[in-house]
Amino acid sequence: MIKIAQLSCGTEYSGVQYEIEKASRAVGAKMVYPDVEASQIDRSIRDFGFNPVSPQLKLMIARAVHLAEGRYDADAVFIATCFRCAEGALVRNELRRYIQEHTDLPVVTYSFTERMKANQLLTRMEALVTIVSRKELLARERQIGITAGIDSGSTTTKAVVMVDNKIVGKAWTGSGEVLESAQTTLNEALAEAGLKMSDLEAIGTTGYGRFTIGKQMNAKLVQEELTTNSKGAVWLADRQRGEATILDIGGMDNKAITVRDGIPDNFTMGGICAGASGRFLEIVSRRLKVEVTELGALADQGDWRKINMNSYCSVFGIQDLVTSLAEGNTRADVAAAACHSVAEQIYEQQLQEIDVRDPVIQVGGTSLISGMVYAVGEILGKAPIVPPDSQFIGAVGGALLSSGFLEG
Amino acid sequence: MKIFIDPPNSLILFDLVERFGHEPLSVMATIQERVDNLEIDMPPMNVTLTDVKNGLKYAGIEVPSGIRGRLAVWGPLIDQAEAAIIMEDAPYSFGCVGCHRTNLLVDFLVRKRKLPTIEIDYPRTEEDARNMVIRVKEFLEGLK
Repeated sequence: MIKIAQLSCGTEYSGVQYEIEKASRAVGAKMVYPDVEASQIDRSIRDFGFNPVSPQLKLMIARAVHLAEGRYDADAVFIATCFRCAEGALVRNELRRYIQEHTDLPVVTYSFTERMKANQLLTRMEALVTIVSRKELLARERQIGITAGIDSGSTTTKAVVMVDNKIVGKAWTGSGEVLESAQTTLNEALAEAGLKMSDLEAIGTTGYGRFTIGKQMNAKLVQEELTTNSKGAVWLADRQRGEATILDIGGMDNKAITVRDGIPDNFTMGGICAGASGRFLEIVSRRLKVEVTELGALADQGDWRKINMNSYCSVFGIQDLVTSLAEGNTRADVAAAACHSVAEQIYEQQLQEIDVRDPVIQVGGTSLISGMVYAVGEILGKAPIVPPDSQFIGAVGGALLSSGFLEG
Repeated sequence: MKIFIDPPNSLILFDLVERFGHEPLSVMATIQERVDNLEIDMPPMNVTLTDVKNGLKYAGIEVPSGIRGRLAVWGPLIDQAEAAIIMEDAPYSFGCVGCHRTNLLVDFLVRKRKLPTIEIDYPRTEEDARNMVIRVKEFLEGLK
């Protein structure tokens, strides 16, 4: 069984410890708590160099030092502290860096409230377990045979058909009923490829509807999107070797994943505030009376500096938008400000939880919005790579990884 | 009398209060009660979402959940206390609640009630320890 070492403060008093353990059990893992002798805590704090006042944070540090020194055996690390605790946030981030510098263990960090439920952690836990238990599968760099990938996202459903490491069919549609959307897009992708359902040797599913679709279609691979998206992204960008950061601004949640040789080693997944999601850009498009596909070109003509728009909340963000238009600002400036606002919040909220490694590969549907890519590049100080078919990363990852099962 | 001890899980303070004929309001019994509860919802301590919401009585919504959850456990103990012993600068091995912000708020909530309270420093020498016990003894006997 995969052992995930928990380094945390406040989980048992926030009523979320049970949820953490439930999530780990659901993916076949077990939470473990590195044993530390009381006499070793002060020594660990001195070695680490950060001395927090809260004793539970001291214990977190001592546990991390024991992991780094190989005194305790674990396969992955989960670091969590209370949302809004400054001291906890400092320790959480520094411990994440420390674990990455001193071990090869995959790490995920989380800032929780009392409302956190197991299903919010499932994708993260599943990704941790996959990184540990499916190393061979994740090392796959070429697709073989005839396979399909289906990505059932919160906003759109995408399907890709691949033959011998080439995309031969692809389709997408707005997500409606999960199975129907999946079958429709897969049929379209198969039609484009000139193939039939019975020709498929393997199917891989990902995204919110992955379990339902995977069961119905007898998929060989049912995988969370952190893993499939990173594999799809490095394949599409032809960056399977070396380091990279994958940035996927989704309809409901955003993912930032660092990879080494195409295998994720740290990731953050956020979705607390809609003001920093693709959904916000959709709302903005509707208000500006343009298709979301045209929002990028409109934003390219505008100047975000003319408008103050940086709310974490989509409702307040739209208030800023309405006020800006009422003050006589152009739609282009508003579109640029909306893209900048999303990029800024992702930088502030998510990219601080990983160490961004070059190159940054921007993917997902929002990477087709040129203004969004420009805004990310401006904030990071370097232009991200947007590979062809960047909206199909999850589906490509599904098709690529599922082909790994064809070789037995 | 019911005496709140701070740190609320200090075994030494618990023992002193009991020895001198009072009822220590400690977190041990409260936690034990939660852990023994047959309908345990949230192991290991059975602090539930409702408890964390109840913690709003002591700290606002912007305060981290771990602090509100802790206050849901010992806030009611402070409410029912008739006197208190606060030990300053105790090392975490003497007793602690894990979170320094909670410690600060617990101290404040006790002081705010203006109960008969003795505030003592953690003794660093044997002589200081003897003096501390004498002071606590006098305080507790004076409450009778």
